[in-house]
Amino acid sequence: MSEKIINLENIHKDYGGKVVLDNLNLYVRDKEFVTLLGPSGCGKTTTLRIIGGFETPSAGVVYFDGKKVNDVPPNKRPVNTVFQRYALFNHLNVFDNVAFGLRIQKKYSEGEIADRVNRMLKLVSLPDYGDRMSTELSGGEQQRVAIARALVNHPRVLLLDEPLAALDLKLRKEMQRELKAIQQEVGITFVFVTHDQEEALTMSDTIVVMNKGKIQQIGTPTDIYNEPKNAFVANFIGESNIVDGIMHQDKLVSFCGRQFDCLDGGFAPDEPVDVVVRPEDFEVVAPEQGQLVGTVKSVLFMGVHYEIMVETEHFTWTVHSINYADVGDRVGLFLTPDDIHIMHKS
Amino acid sequence: MKNNKLGTLPAIPYIVWMAIFVVVPLILIVFYAFTNEAGGFTMENFSEMGSYAKVFTRSFGLSAIATVICLLIGYPIAYAISKESAMFQRIAMMLVMLPMWINFLLRTYAWMSILENTGLLNTFFDTIGLFDLINWIGVKFASDPAAYEPIKHFQMINTQGAVILGMVYNYLPFMIMPIHSVIVKIDKSMIEAARDLGADSKLTFRKVILPLSLPGVLSGITMVFVPSVSTFILSRLLGGGTTMLLGDLIEMQFMGGAYNPHLGSAIALVMMIVVMICMAIMNHFGDGEDKAVML
Repeated sequence: MSEKIINLENIHKDYGGKVVLDNLNLYVRDKEFVTLLGPSGCGKTTTLRIIGGFETPSAGVVYFDGKKVNDVPPNKRPVNTVFQRYALFNHLNVFDNVAFGLRIQKKYSEGEIADRVNRMLKLVSLPDYGDRMSTELSGGEQQRVAIARALVNHPRVLLLDEPLAALDLKLRKEMQRELKAIQQEVGITFVFVTHDQEEALTMSDTIVVMNKGKIQQIGTPTDIYNEPKNAFVANFIGESNIVDGIMHQDKLVSFCGRQFDCLDGGFAPDEPVDVVVRPEDFEVVAPEQGQLVGTVKSVLFMGVHYEIMVETEHFTWTVHSINYADVGDRVGLFLTPDDIHIMHKS
Repeated sequence: MKNNKLGTLPAIPYIVWMAIFVVVPLILIVFYAFTNEAGGFTMENFSEMGSYAKVFTRSFGLSAIATVICLLIGYPIAYAISKESAMFQRIAMMLVMLPMWINFLLRTYAWMSILENTGLLNTFFDTIGLFDLINWIGVKFASDPAAYEPIKHFQMINTQGAVILGMVYNYLPFMIMPIHSVIVKIDKSMIEAARDLGADSKLTFRKVILPLSLPGVLSGITMVFVPSVSTFILSRLLGGGTTMLLGDLIEMQFMGGAYNPHLGSAIALVMMIVVMICMAIMNHFGDGEDKAVML
């Protein structure tokens, strides 16, 4: 987990003046599971395609093992890709699809190829599927064939472009676990693109949150969730309440008409800031005990908890609580200092 | 329920049309082919056909050559067009279609005036001094310069080559169109996948694009070969009647001096069966790919 296998330096990409990637700096360490996370149009797929060699950056350098690879075509890169809609060859059966890359290398006999293909099909739990046409498979099966087809070549890095987006929820969860297990078993670097924050949190070693062609934050799932760097990250990863506040001095912030103690510091005196509070961090208390007092506007049952919208004088808060409250109830909300996250205005 | 009833109703005029103008004539052809003038059953029409074996082989031979040439010209054109922008593709395909807007006969007459001994091409060659050059070389290297006969023109009209040219010219769009429409539908990510798996652009073409475009190639071959076999005016106008084709032979039996609709029907029937066998063989080869693309 130390060697930088991929290094993107000052990558800039625009299509006829429309900026897609803006001064992107990113490195991926060997055997790491890195997820590029962001809303559609944030540049995450373009970043992946630049690593794969399908796009060339307008400016900046792509290093692979310390060597510049800007002009190396996709077929010469030690990288394989699992495409968004799998892109299986529909004129070939499953076996020939998986064997495609090995046959092109011309390094192996048909016997060796058969060994490796069958072993790989077993790894993705599709033994005995070799003779089927790719068009006869379900979405989940096509997905596995696409993974097998890429992994059988032992790439240094596997690129995955929203590979689970087309699957239904249950299958997606299953594949998430399986993908992670496969990654640990074969021990190669995965660069995974998704817009699903939950997927990113459960699978990754490192998450790269992107928006509008810029990296917003790089960190472990825990870091990203607990210490979001700005309001965008806080809002994109999990749910958040974001209100305007004023940072008077270190550890003292005011929002919604009153002052709160917090743990953050390092801001200019009286700097306007974004204040972020996670819905699950509120404690719902009696009105006289709350720092904030409001009226319950709506209650939704979410399974584990209730989602309660509490309207106060300045803001309507989203609150997650395991206790039920009636619409129209007066309730108090209580926050401890570590529930309050202060962020620079972006 | 209402929809169900309406479902078959609009098809009825077409079915009636097909019955009257396709099925009935087919029955008539079969009937004529197996009868003589007196109306009795006979196989004579088929045995008589043996003397026309040459016309059969020539017809199928020239059509096969024309089809191969169409494929060799048409595939690269279709492939090149499919790589361009959507706008370019529309214009290019319109240009491919453009000659079809002009009457078939007119087009063929135009070729006559181009290929004639005193036609456009020969006049052009004469003007640039090509014949003078050839004759000068000819005289210089001839063993007996006095006996050397200078050439005044290339013989282009009234040759089999001219007939093939006519077929290629007239039917080339039918090769380009189906191939183009299949190639543009190939998923671009499949091409990227091939590149990703280590194939250079040549291998990607051979292992992915070519097999996936095969259904277009097959229908292109069908659409060029079938009309080429049965064409009848081309050989008379461009081949000068020296290269009689099946179409001409059949026409003669119905319209010309050799009036014999029984023999004509028999020839038409045999031709139809041979074409159907050719197509069946072709489709058998392309079956797997065809299904794969259709799915």
